[in-house]
Amino acid sequence: MAEDPQNISDMSFEEALRALQQVVRQLEDGEVPLDQSIALYERGEKLRAACQARLDAAQARIEAIVLDAKGQPSGTKPFDGSE
Amino acid sequence: MSASYSDDADPSLLANSRPGDNSEPLSVSDLSRSLKRVVEDRFGFVRIRGELSGVKRAASGHLYCSLKDDKSVIDGVMWKSAAPRLAFRPEDGVEVIASGKVTTYAGRSKYQIVIERMELAGEGALLALLEKTKARLEAEGLFADARKKPLPFLPRTIGVVTSPTGAVIRDILHRLSDRFPSHVIVWPVVVQGETAKGQVSAAVRGFNALERGGAIARPDLLIVARGGGSIEDLWAFNEEEVVRAIAESEIPVISAVGHETDTTLADFAADHRAPTPTAAAERAVPVRAELAAGIADLGARQMRCATRPVALGRERLEACSQRLPRPDALLQAAAQALDDATERHRRALVDRVAIGRATLGEAAARLSPATLNWRLGQARERLEHVRLMPATLTTRHARATERLAANVAMLRSLDPDAPLGRGYAMVFDGQGALVRSAGDARAAGTLSLKFADGRVAASTGDAPPPPATPAPAPKPRRKSPPPPSGQGDLF
Repeated sequence: MAEDPQNISDMSFEEALRALQQVVRQLEDGEVPLDQSIALYERGEKLRAACQARLDAAQARIEAIVLDAKGQPSGTKPFDGSE
Repeated sequence: MSASYSDDADPSLLANSRPGDNSEPLSVSDLSRSLKRVVEDRFGFVRIRGELSGVKRAASGHLYCSLKDDKSVIDGVMWKSAAPRLAFRPEDGVEVIASGKVTTYAGRSKYQIVIERMELAGEGALLALLEKTKARLEAEGLFADARKKPLPFLPRTIGVVTSPTGAVIRDILHRLSDRFPSHVIVWPVVVQGETAKGQVSAAVRGFNALERGGAIARPDLLIVARGGGSIEDLWAFNEEEVVRAIAESEIPVISAVGHETDTTLADFAADHRAPTPTAAAERAVPVRAELAAGIADLGARQMRCATRPVALGRERLEACSQRLPRPDALLQAAAQALDDATERHRRALVDRVAIGRATLGEAAARLSPATLNWRLGQARERLEHVRLMPATLTTRHARATERLAANVAMLRSLDPDAPLGRGYAMVFDGQGALVRSAGDARAAGTLSLKFADGRVAASTGDAPPPPATPAPAPKPRRKSPPPPSGQGDLF
């Protein structure tokens, strides 16, 4: 396999999704021996869970930059669009 | 100036004052001063329209240029104090309307306009300037495709540079939450007017300057947006400062300025140009529901893939095991053969015993005393037929004794030495051979005479007799004459 399975948490969503697609393609091609396909499936499941977790964690958070006296960003505050 | 010079046709060598003419000649400076006063009084405020040429910004900060039309040209200068108020960057060939006063420059007998304000002469000029700026920046490579950065598939944080009020930010936030609820940081700016270009460019650079993992999340995607408006309203997004900030942004930028038909230089510099703020939001994030469905589909597919070989294997295994013969069937033939062999084995022993017994019986039947007796009888009978009588032997013995006695008598009579007793002698030569004639004796010379009691040497008259040899001891009568030929025929 190209990537180390431990790196899933470091992957971006897109990388994980691409890796998952590749796993599925490999499995569907049927070229992988049965024993290996089980390991491949396990990895695919981890990738799928990682992708799903990323989707589940998505929530809107809207902030606005607060500038200090020198015009440098000093922090953020919730943005409500009513400024 | 009603003075007439017509009556003075011939110029004289020296200037001389005429009678009645008490005006002294003016000095150059006097005239210059006077001209300056006249010009500045008369042209203290003018607005002139002309095409810029020879634009030059001096190190001092003053801006020098010329304004011209098809026939005339006038120099112009914009002092450092006025130059910052320019709303555009003056370029050669751009038609402008300049406001200011005309002054003279006495030292060089020149006049020029000191420009207080300079504006583009209408929308055409604005567009012309835009084209010029675009061509310049394009030549610099700011808009090159090679500079375009790929947008992240799913940004973690989206920075939005726009006005905090109005429809634009609402549209963006609304579409983002529809598609994929995201972390958005708004950098509020004014998007129109003098300060817009500074604020927009500062916001773009400010987002880039945020540290990764800092207190404020650094966006991995920027949206620079503004609603629709006139070309002047959108002008900040054609400003070089803004265009450069966007082009230099390490964070990928989506621009969405004005309506679909408006294209600003910021759009050319951005990594992706969206026609509207809503479209920018659509480009920024994928639809979460679609992704979830896609992932669910991938999960289902790989599940199918993982279970299919197992199911397939199970089917094949079942098919194979059905074709396998049942174990008892497999053993039947062998069991039968075993049974058969066991039976035959058992019977074979019994049979063999029976055969042995029968053979024994048969043999035993033949082995009876009668048989032996019969054979004994026969032998006895044969024995009886043999006539071994003593008479047989005795008869033959008597006959043989008789014949022996006859032969002994015969033998005695034939003994060659017997006559010696009776006075005969036998003559031998030197070699021991019997001498049978007188001739032989004469030839032999030396003779040996054998008598019954011994030998005597003799010689013939022709030769002295040899010394007498001691007579050999008389031989035992071993040299008996051969037995009469008839002796073998004893029987």
